[in-house]
Amino acid sequence: MNPFLALVARDLRLALRQGGDAAMVVGFFVLTVVLFPLGVGPEPELLQRIAPGVVWVTALLAALLSLERLFQADYEDGSLETLALLPLPLEAQVLAKCLAHWLVTGLPLIVVAPLLALLLQLDAAGYPALIASMALGTPTLSLIGAIGAALSLGARRGGVLLSLLVLPLYIPVLIFGVAAVESEIAGFGARPHLLLLAAFLVLALGLVPFAAAAALRLALE
Amino acid sequence: MLRLANPNRFMQWSGKLLPWCAVATAILLGAGLYLALFVAPPDYQQGESVRIMYVHVPAAWMATFVYAVMATASAVALIWRHPVADIAAREAAPLGAGFTLLCLVSGSLWGKPMWGTWWVWDARLTSVLVLFFLYLGYLALINAFDDPTRGARAGAILALVGVVNLPIIKFSVDWWNTLHQPASVFRLGGPTIAPSMLWPLLIMALGFTLFFVTLLLVRMRSALMAAKLRALRLQQAA
Repeated sequence: MNPFLALVARDLRLALRQGGDAAMVVGFFVLTVVLFPLGVGPEPELLQRIAPGVVWVTALLAALLSLERLFQADYEDGSLETLALLPLPLEAQVLAKCLAHWLVTGLPLIVVAPLLALLLQLDAAGYPALIASMALGTPTLSLIGAIGAALSLGARRGGVLLSLLVLPLYIPVLIFGVAAVESEIAGFGARPHLLLLAAFLVLALGLVPFAAAAALRLALE
Repeated sequence: MLRLANPNRFMQWSGKLLPWCAVATAILLGAGLYLALFVAPPDYQQGESVRIMYVHVPAAWMATFVYAVMATASAVALIWRHPVADIAAREAAPLGAGFTLLCLVSGSLWGKPMWGTWWVWDARLTSVLVLFFLYLGYLALINAFDDPTRGARAGAILALVGVVNLPIIKFSVDWWNTLHQPASVFRLGGPTIAPSMLWPLLIMALGFTLFFVTLLLVRMRSALMAAKLRALRLQQAA
C-alpha cells in the first residue's frame, strides 16, 4: 500500500475506533449555532441576515476545537518519533494527517451546515454557495491549523495558545467564505470569492507542509 | 552579518552605536514634532486634526517594518542558528506590537472626527488588527515553553508564516475599495501629498525608525546581559 494512503488510513482508523471526534465536533457546531437564535432573538429577518456569518464562525470554532487531536496524541505516546523515521518525508505526512483530520472533522461540518442554515432561515439561493465555500474553506482551516498544532506541541496551556496562533490566520477564509454566500444571495454570484478561497487552499497546500514539518522536527528534538 | 553572531562583538559594536542613535532619535523626533505640530499647515479639509497623521503614518510604517525585521531575523536565526538574530526577533516583537497599537489608537482618534466613527471594518484596519494579533500570538508562543530556545525557534517559524499578512496590509487599499485612503507617499508617479506636509512626515518616520533601533539595541543588550548574569550565577552555584 502506498505509504501516504497507509498513513491516512491509520489516522482514520484511530479516529473512528476511538470514536467521538466527528460526533463531538458536529455536536459543538450544532449547539453553538442553536445558541444564536436564543441569544439574539428568533425574528426570521434577523436570523436570515446573520445566517452565513453564524454558520461560518461556528464552523471555524468547531474546526479549531479539533485541531489539538492532529498531532497531540502521536506526540504524547511517542509514535510521532517513529513516524519521523519513515522514508515518507515529514512534509507528506503532514498532508496525510491533514487529509485524515479533514475527513473526520471537516466533512461532517459540510454535511451538517445546510441543516443549520435551515434553522437560521438562510435564503434558498445561498445553499449551493454555502456548501461550495465550506468545501473549499474547511480544508484550508485544517491545513493552517496544522501549523498551530505543530508549533504548540509541548507548550504550556497549549489549547488556548493554539487558538491565539491560528485564529488570526483563519480570518481571510472566514471573510471570503461569508462573502461568497452573501454575494450569491444578493445576486452578484459567488464565483470571485470561491476562486479566492480556492487560491488560499492551493497556497496552503503548497506552503503549510514545510512550516508544519519544520515545527514537528523542532518538537521532536 | 555572521561576524555579529558573537555576542561579545555585538556588545562592543552596539555599545558604541547606541549613544549616537539615542541623540539622533531625540533630535529627529524633537524637530519632527515641532514641524508637525507648529510649522506644517492645517489641511484644507481636515483642519488641525491632520496633525494626528504625523504620528499615525510613521507608526503604521513601523508596525509593518518591525514585523519585516522580526521575520528577517527569524529566518537568519533558523537558517544559521544565529544567536543574536534570535534575540533580535524576540526583542523586536513587543516594540512592533506597541507601534501597531499606537497606529490603531491614533487612527481611531483621527477616525472619530473625520469619519464619524472610532472603527470601521475595512480591509486596511482589519489587516492591521490581524497584524496586532500576530504579534500577540508570537509573544505568547515564545513564552509558552520551559526551554527558551524551543520557544524562540517555534516563534521564528510562526513569524515567517505571518509574513503573508504584510502584502495584504500594503495592498489592501488598492485591492478593495475601502474607506481608508489609498497610498499617497510610496506610489507610482510620485507622492500626491503636499511637500509642506511630506517633509515633517518623512522626518517623523526617520525619527520613529531610529527610535525603534535605539530601543531594540537597548533591549538586546539587556537580554544578553541577563543571559550572561544567569550563566555566571549558575557557574557560581556549581
